[in-house]
Amino acid sequence: MNHDLFQYVVRQADNCMVLCQRLCALGAQGPELEEDIALSNMSLDLLGQARALYNYASTLEGKGRSEDDFAFMRDERNWYNVHLVEQPNGDFGDVIARQFVFDAWHINYLKQLQTSTDSTLAAIAAKAIKEVTYHLRHSSQWVIRLGDGTDESHRRMQRAINHIWRFTPELFMADELDQRLQAQGIGVDLAAVRMEWDNIINSVLSEATLTRPPEEHPAQGGREGIHSEYMGYLLAEMQSLPRAMPGCQW
Amino acid sequence: MSSTSWQLWEVFIRSNRGLDHKHAGSVHAADAEMALQNARDLYTRRKEGVSIWVVPSSAIVASDPDDKASLFDPADDKIYRHPTFYELPDAVKHM
Repeated sequence: MNHDLFQYVVRQADNCMVLCQRLCALGAQGPELEEDIALSNMSLDLLGQARALYNYASTLEGKGRSEDDFAFMRDERNWYNVHLVEQPNGDFGDVIARQFVFDAWHINYLKQLQTSTDSTLAAIAAKAIKEVTYHLRHSSQWVIRLGDGTDESHRRMQRAINHIWRFTPELFMADELDQRLQAQGIGVDLAAVRMEWDNIINSVLSEATLTRPPEEHPAQGGREGIHSEYMGYLLAEMQSLPRAMPGCQW
Repeated sequence: MSSTSWQLWEVFIRSNRGLDHKHAGSVHAADAEMALQNARDLYTRRKEGVSIWVVPSSAIVASDPDDKASLFDPADDKIYRHPTFYELPDAVKHM
């Protein structure tokens, strides 16, 4: 088995799965019925992407693990998502801020992955790009709407961006595994993704009359399995049923 | 945010095979772009369409139901207006 590739695939699957779970929790909690559905739609898109990636990881591993095994039977230290996606929902501004910085990364990550020499990853990316293009459109419009809205919405959107900011650098931290896969033409060039991300962030924040926060105290370690205090609770909620009733179907 | 603060929009969807946009329903939204996105999320979930129009409900001028008789009944006895009385040339499409 190509262990590097396996790990690379699981990391991204975990990003999608954990953010999916966060958005999932907003079902019936949106500010309007229509927004409720929009968030659930994005959640389902991410679930579909996670499933495709877990399936691929399972094939690479060759031990017959199912998607559910990946999602429900791993403990915290065996999850490799970035801290960003596990951060709590907070208020609607926090949800949108987290989504926006992630989407702006995700779309450019996928655009590069689409040209991967690994044909499965390239195909998964090509399908996901259409979904994530819409996610970014939705989240960036909300950042602009709230940032350039009332005094109160501006204040809260800026606060949300400030709060989420220290979780953004981890998206671009290339470790040795990333470098090896990039050299093989399989993985993406995170420095290039960063440049595109900067362009989107700067243009949307400026249109939203928001200030880009300074880079301070970046969170890291998620991709090695070291998580924030919120991760355990998220997994407990997500995994309790399949663990209490293994193999349960409904 | 309460529903009263978001305006109502009427949604029109053009299906894959259709040439016209048909009224699909309505959505709440604070602005046009949001209305378009909400309409996409609500009314094209099952590949219903290839094009969306949204129109503020307030921009629609509707006829009064009480005027039904005066507006529509006079057409009752004018069956000669129906195209069944005419040969349709082959060149005419989409009828």
